[in-house]
Amino acid sequence: MIHLEKLTKKFGALTAVDSLSLDVGEGEVFGFLGPNGAGKTTTVRMLTSLIGPTGGRATVNGLEIGRDDQAIRQTVGLLTETPGLYDRLSAEHNLTIFARLYGVRDAPGQVQKYLRMLGLWERRQDEAGSFSKGMRQKLALARALLHEPKVLFLDEPTGGLDPEAAKLVRDFIGELKTEGRTIFLCTHNLDEADRLCSRIGIFKTRLITVDTPANLRQKLYGRTVVFHVKQLLPEWVGAVRALPFVRSAEAADSRLVVGLDDPETHNPDILRQLVAAGADVQFVGELRHSLEDIYLQFIEKAGQP
Amino acid sequence: MNRIQTIVEKEWAEVFKNRIVLFTVAFLPILFTALPLIILYTTRGAVSAGDSTDIPPSFAKACGGITPGECLQIFLVNQFMILFMMMPLIIPIAIASYSIVGEKATRSLEPLLATPITTPELLAGKSLAAAVPAILATWLGFVVFVIGVPLVGGGPAIITSILSSVWLTAIFVVGPLMAVMAVNFAIMVSSRVNDPRAAEQISAVVVVPILGLMFGQIAGVIVLNVQLMMLTALVLAIIDVGLIYLGARLFQRETILTKWK
Repeated sequence: MIHLEKLTKKFGALTAVDSLSLDVGEGEVFGFLGPNGAGKTTTVRMLTSLIGPTGGRATVNGLEIGRDDQAIRQTVGLLTETPGLYDRLSAEHNLTIFARLYGVRDAPGQVQKYLRMLGLWERRQDEAGSFSKGMRQKLALARALLHEPKVLFLDEPTGGLDPEAAKLVRDFIGELKTEGRTIFLCTHNLDEADRLCSRIGIFKTRLITVDTPANLRQKLYGRTVVFHVKQLLPEWVGAVRALPFVRSAEAADSRLVVGLDDPETHNPDILRQLVAAGADVQFVGELRHSLEDIYLQFIEKAGQP
Repeated sequence: MNRIQTIVEKEWAEVFKNRIVLFTVAFLPILFTALPLIILYTTRGAVSAGDSTDIPPSFAKACGGITPGECLQIFLVNQFMILFMMMPLIIPIAIASYSIVGEKATRSLEPLLATPITTPELLAGKSLAAAVPAILATWLGFVVFVIGVPLVGGGPAIITSILSSVWLTAIFVVGPLMAVMAVNFAIMVSSRVNDPRAAEQISAVVVVPILGLMFGQIAGVIVLNVQLMMLTALVLAIIDVGLIYLGARLFQRETILTKWK
């Protein structure tokens, strides 16, 4: 659905996007993560034909950027980082303008549909300037969806929103995912990316890594199991560490933190070892490293010469 | 065409909620229409008394066989032709300045450019939205003025004068061309500044040549005639074509999106 081949953007001497190659499949929610100034918004602007690339090529929905720009803009939806609404106009009027610009056949019908879907119908006659941040974001999201685009570019959809509003927007994105839309999601909210995205790309001018969150965890940390033990003794830690399939074993208060590649196969062996040694094992659980840990590790490595 | 119409309607819906713009569009025509009528009303005594008046000789020669008092009134009223020519300059500047810079302030241009609208469509919509109200306000003001002249005691010679080809060319040909010039200039300026007041003030430089014309006429150095009007119209048409071309070339989506902060 989205294909990038060595896409590059330079602004004078500054390289904002350097040889970005990537594929996003149909129906995929792809998370595009990176620090401020990494070039994420520049990438989105190129893919939505707002600006042209300096080098490389990309296609969106089979359409080539730089050649089929108007057609691309007709078929994609964009939620910009700032909602950019017409504050003096009502919510309904804001959407009607864009419905007409996109050539939507049943503009009033589509406007009503998305206002209702996003819980804004009762406030449709109110000026957009009177809306809260969350409502403005929802209105901007409705604007991006009016023409039923197959591909959506969402730039920081929950940026600056309170937890309740962020959850509403996130849930709505989840619903879009079930409709089979292709979503290119730029976000700093790593928890959001972890929940919504099938794959994640970590980017800082260049693409650092692309994979599923689970694989990224595996690559960096392997898998980690925590055994909660009543009164953990040091010799038990050493005994587990000596097992051939254990990569690491550390004590953390009354928890034994064990790194291993195949917990499903080897957890019973560790459990038997501990019980035979006299340990009272209270809980066993897998430790899930946060996407934040993964992200920071990759960004730190990318910053090293 | 539908996208241009959408932009025009959007601009009108938004810009006219701005009190400053609304004041300019409404108040200016009223002022520029009322002033000459008041002048005519207050100088009607000079006409009936048949006073000998201090009129520039070049203008007095053009008066022909009418009375000096009537010639005085025509001379005074002709100064206000310039005001009717300033309306299609000042009003579009007020509208266009807020139109473009307003998009910068609210960061609404990016979602707009993300739609299938082309640059020519966008600029045409914004230009029409600024120029049409100015032209209509000028024409309406002129119609009110023509109706008002006999009501304030203006004689038939004055009516004949303001319905002459000079006046009609000024109002219905030169005026719209000036509006187009002002709009395109204001759009170019406001693409490069960050404050609507700055855009308005810089764009107001287009009024200077008209003021020169006004003072020249008062001093008797210039007498506005059909030939001068037609020449002005031709020059304006050439300038307008140039400004439209330049405006479209200078409206670079990438520069605007990446340089606007």
